[in-house]
Amino acid sequence: MIGFTRRAAIGLFCTTAAVTLSLGAAQAQEVVRIGYVASKSGPAAAGAGITTIPNYELWVHDVNAAGGLKLPDGSQHKIELIAYDDRSTAEEAVRAVERLVSQDKVDFILPPWGTGFNLAIAPLMDRLGYPHLAVTSLTDKAPEFAARWTKSFWMLGGGHDYAGGLADLLDKAVADGTINNKVAVISVSDGFGIDLISAARPIFAEHKLDLVYDKAYPVGTTDFAAIIEDVKASGADSFVAFSYPPETFALAKQSQTAAFNPKVFFTGVGTPFPNYPGVVEGKQEGVMSVGGVDGTSDKITAYFKRHAEVIGTPPDSWASAITYASLEMLQQSIERVGLDREAVAGELSSGKFDTVIGEVKLQDNQLRDLWLVGQWQGDTFKGVSPADKHGATAPIIPKPNW
Amino acid sequence: MLSSTLILGLVLGGSYALVAVGMTLQYGIARIMNLAYGEFIILAAFLTFLLFTHLGLSPLVALLIVPLIGFGAGYLLFQLMMRPLVARSGGTGRLEADSILATFGLLFVLQGIMLVIWGGNFTSYAYLDQGVNVLGTTVAANRLLAFGLSFVIGAALYLLLQRSRWGLSLRAVALAPQSAPLVGLNVKRIAAIGFGLGTALAAGGGVMVSMFQTFSANDGVIFTMKALVVVIMGGVGNVMGALIAGVLLGLVETFVARYIDPGLTLAATYLLFLGVLLWRPEGLFGKAVGR
Repeated sequence: MIGFTRRAAIGLFCTTAAVTLSLGAAQAQEVVRIGYVASKSGPAAAGAGITTIPNYELWVHDVNAAGGLKLPDGSQHKIELIAYDDRSTAEEAVRAVERLVSQDKVDFILPPWGTGFNLAIAPLMDRLGYPHLAVTSLTDKAPEFAARWTKSFWMLGGGHDYAGGLADLLDKAVADGTINNKVAVISVSDGFGIDLISAARPIFAEHKLDLVYDKAYPVGTTDFAAIIEDVKASGADSFVAFSYPPETFALAKQSQTAAFNPKVFFTGVGTPFPNYPGVVEGKQEGVMSVGGVDGTSDKITAYFKRHAEVIGTPPDSWASAITYASLEMLQQSIERVGLDREAVAGELSSGKFDTVIGEVKLQDNQLRDLWLVGQWQGDTFKGVSPADKHGATAPIIPKPNW
Repeated sequence: MLSSTLILGLVLGGSYALVAVGMTLQYGIARIMNLAYGEFIILAAFLTFLLFTHLGLSPLVALLIVPLIGFGAGYLLFQLMMRPLVARSGGTGRLEADSILATFGLLFVLQGIMLVIWGGNFTSYAYLDQGVNVLGTTVAANRLLAFGLSFVIGAALYLLLQRSRWGLSLRAVALAPQSAPLVGLNVKRIAAIGFGLGTALAAGGGVMVSMFQTFSANDGVIFTMKALVVVIMGGVGNVMGALIAGVLLGLVETFVARYIDPGLTLAATYLLFLGVLLWRPEGLFGKAVGR
């Protein structure tokens, strides 16, 4: 009988432990750990679930399928994605960022969805020294923020940009005699609506556009029948709603019901969503909104196709492609300078990148080459303003009846 | 303008009344203040959506099926989850606090399950959303249907509670849960039926709501809040009160939106709520439970 002594047992245990640990360490070096926090539940989950999270998953899928992230020394490393749910609260987003850094020791952090969440984590990201790709943040203060937090990047412009793009487009149609200069505007009493309407009022006045109806409505409004009746009576050819998704969908449906057919029908967040044509039963032709994609780009077409294949649904036509482009920028920066966060931030702010939205070069840490107004034409939500941007499509005005 | 505002307000109010009636019933008979009420509405909405898109069943058919499922689910839920609370409270006010806490937890469980199954995306389908001309005002057919239905259901429920023997026993339990067993009523069973009936009404409301509104797994709380305002305003446990308070709320919102400012609809809702609470803390229709 072979005696199994305590000493032998301890020895065996130590050897096993050492081997396991060294294996673990070796494995840990092979993957690049990237964490993100985004809203998987609560009111912000719908936006994050359409624009942000699918693109993170698609990108990690794409990179890992191609062998992993490339480093300057030519080695390739698979990405390990660590995700937290902020339950749609900014405090939870901040806590999750701290956890990603202190416990998970991630190499990079991808941002949450939405302006408020990005603003909430921006000071912390700066303090911890992580590059912050604040993609889905729409703010006129982006230049200030980029100067204050030097490793932050702002890629969706501000209210002035979008209001200006819309005013230019309407101005041109008024000059052509296609529409009158009366505009009816409603806006949601929350971040996006307030930003856009306060930017739009002076800009519309400058362009001699007459605001004949200008009312705000509270978040969560579901019945627009009364508002539509009043807008109809206002005599405006253009109807503009700076709205959030549920209201955007309600407005489209209720305008159809009320046979409300203004020559320009512009609604807010949600209009470029892939499920919009379904909501309006294929009658989306001519509906305008913020954003858009280059209707002539093969890269965008390929990206839409791949997104639909891997994720199961097509992306939205505003911030999705920009989100994916931001990840490609991160990937190319790492390929050029390695995993050093300071160097990656430097490369992001000064480098040129080849992405799905074309060649990108940030100006003062901001993406300025943006689609400001898009329009549903057929099955695609195409960029129509600025009219001189590469790939711009001519807008259809007046919009065909529902 | 006055007549169109009146019509749009009545139609909106009808949908508020429809979703609130079940909640008031659950409280009136089973003494459970159900904070997960809105989740049942959303669950029913998703179920209707599935039946419509996958099986091609019209939401009107779903209106016959889904409330039945709702009744079963509510009945079971009461037997499994609420019975221990009822037994522990011994017919005191403790049940109210306990049920609020328990259903508050249930809210998150149901919401989580829906998020896992359907994700956080907005869902909608189109059914009966063509306009119907009512005295010169265009109203969506599905909203008109909801309005009509809330009155049919309200009237049927009222008659059932007032005129039938079954309604009598439900009211007896609502009015005097301690004394009801003395006349041979099975309080536990009747409370479970009341709770199930409330859930069935929530499910019916969900089927109707899904016809005219875009919904997502996170929207349950919104319905609970609206229903809570209507229920408290109408007098907790009072079916007629909930119906009238719902219509009143819809009228106030529409009038404020048209004559003052759409931005003040929410403020007007809560002003009305506050006014009612100050004037009649027990709600518009008092404590006549079960009426």
